[in-house]
Amino acid sequence: MNPFDFQQPADVDAALAALAAPGARPIAGGTNLLDLIKEGVMKPSGLVDINPIAGLAAIAEDGTGLRLGALARNADTAYHPLVRERYPLLAAAILAGASPQLRNMATNGGNLLQRTRCVYFYDVGTPCNKRGPGTGCPAKAGLNRQLAILGTSPQCIATHPSDMCVALRALDATVHVRAANGERSIPFADFHRLPGDTPDVDSTLQPGELITHITLPDARRFAQRFEYVKVRDRLSYAFALVSVAAALDLAADGTVRAARIALGGVAHKPWRVEEAEELLTGRPAGETAFEQAAERILRGARGYGQNDFKIPLAKNAIVQALTNAVQKNELRGAPR
Amino acid sequence: MDAYRQYPIRLRINGEDRAFAVESTVTLLDLLRERAGLTGTKKGCDHGQCGACTVLLDGRRINACLTLAVMQNGHEVTTIEGLADGDTLHPLQQAFIDHDAFQCGYCTPGQICSAAGLVAEGQAKTVDDVRELMSGNVCRCGAYPQIAQAVCDVMEIEK
Ligand SMILES: Cc1cc2nc3c(=O)[nH]c(=O)nc-3n(C[C@H](O)[C@H](O)[C@H](O)COP(=O)(O)OP(=O)(O)OC[C@H]3O[C@@H](n4cnc5c(N)ncnc54)[C@H](O)[C@@H]3O)c2cc1C
Ligand code: SF4
Ligand code: FES
Ligand code: FES
Repeated sequence: MNPFDFQQPADVDAALAALAAPGARPIAGGTNLLDLIKEGVMKPSGLVDINPIAGLAAIAEDGTGLRLGALARNADTAYHPLVRERYPLLAAAILAGASPQLRNMATNGGNLLQRTRCVYFYDVGTPCNKRGPGTGCPAKAGLNRQLAILGTSPQCIATHPSDMCVALRALDATVHVRAANGERSIPFADFHRLPGDTPDVDSTLQPGELITHITLPDARRFAQRFEYVKVRDRLSYAFALVSVAAALDLAADGTVRAARIALGGVAHKPWRVEEAEELLTGRPAGETAFEQAAERILRGARGYGQNDFKIPLAKNAIVQALTNAVQKNELRGAPR
Repeated sequence: MDAYRQYPIRLRINGEDRAFAVESTVTLLDLLRERAGLTGTKKGCDHGQCGACTVLLDGRRINACLTLAVMQNGHEVTTIEGLADGDTLHPLQQAFIDHDAFQCGYCTPGQICSAAGLVAEGQAKTVDDVRELMSGNVCRCGAYPQIAQAVCDVMEIEK
């Protein structure tokens, strides 16, 4: 590992002061940052360990919704009684990611800012516009089985690898951050960004800003019929090729009152097309409507060779997730 | 920045208070193996992918390769060496022997620490849950069926 200074500030203000130093980065669970430092992909000159800061790990009711501390562990979030009861889609997405050991360390804030798993990004011996702006993108004509089919740019076709973020996007979360000059809130849709001409910038978080917590609005109407489908190369402990967070609010006669659909593994950010959800509203929850929504979500998708299969795969996964969501109520309590 | 700065830390390892001075870059895994003399915890991938380095941190299973020793100052670590009660093996250690749940044994300390964490978490109700919740531990010898049996036995889960 490249050497770095190490500090453990006691509160957010002290952390923000420490983060003002050039090359300083916060470290939370460390499960992504240390991995990248070991590979030489990230080379911070100082690590600011935010774990000792009191109050950032809490999970609590917040008005009609829920507040998830940035330092709450992924496992504690997924198994939290309020999350299980009111946001089971989020619990399912978190539990589909990583391993129990990693989820015990990984934090909610860190999960949002984990970096792409594109193999060229990880390999400092190869060019990569995200790691070294202007060096090129070997993935477009190379190993792109895992990579994006939507929202790509000529500069980068990386995906955001998180499972948790797919559910947070579907559930309309908000990210709350603090900087030396105040606080601000970022709607989840605006938190991650598309690669464009600056693929080295993953999110709209500014240098020196710290995520303090994430809030979720009341989403209890989506707590009955939901599904997180994760398609991957092996059954467990692998990143998604394509994932779908789906939730439905159904009327008694089976028509859709409201739908939420977000995709992982297909773009630089969790992918959601609200227009496709509106296509479902007022219609019977069934295959025809689901297929039309899937078509709309994948509009404009393009493959790069090895990942061409993801386009039909994503459509099928959307239909599957929505179909399963319709039945989720009946499956409740049954072992799965 | 002084690359060789030493950070004084204290850890409670397997019930014993110990003091070290470490560079910022030392992982908990390297501290355990190279400075604390506890080589039961194995280094496999060093990237969080195999589970060989699994230990219990404040009672919870984690990958020791992906955390810094300085970050764990003041915390409590239990390694495979700390599970037995004197000469009496931990029930999971005994179950692994009874079920022939290892071949070369390289992954075994991590498997057993992970299983101890799994039992404490109390989330597994079925053998499929056990398999899923042991998925962070990779065994190149393929001892998985026996490992799942050993863990289920200790948890009294029907197989
Ligand atoms: C083998 C392996 C498999 C995995 N599989 C999956 C998977 O299937 N699905 C999945 O979703 N994830 C997976 N992960 C990724 C894992 O979920 C992330 O590494 C984890 O969520 C990151 O959280 P952390 O707290 O450890 O972040 P850290 O590594 O501590 O930090 C990550 C980044 O966030 C920044 N940061 C952290 N906290 C804050 C904050 N509060 N404010 C501002 N910046 C902050 C850091 O500076 C750093 O840049 C896997 C990881 C590994 C190693
Ligand atoms: S897809 Fe993005 S991350 Fe991957 S090599 Fe191209 S520029 Fe780098
Ligand atoms: S050595 Fe830590 S997970 Fe492989
Ligand atoms: S017993 Fe050989 S690696 Fe598991």
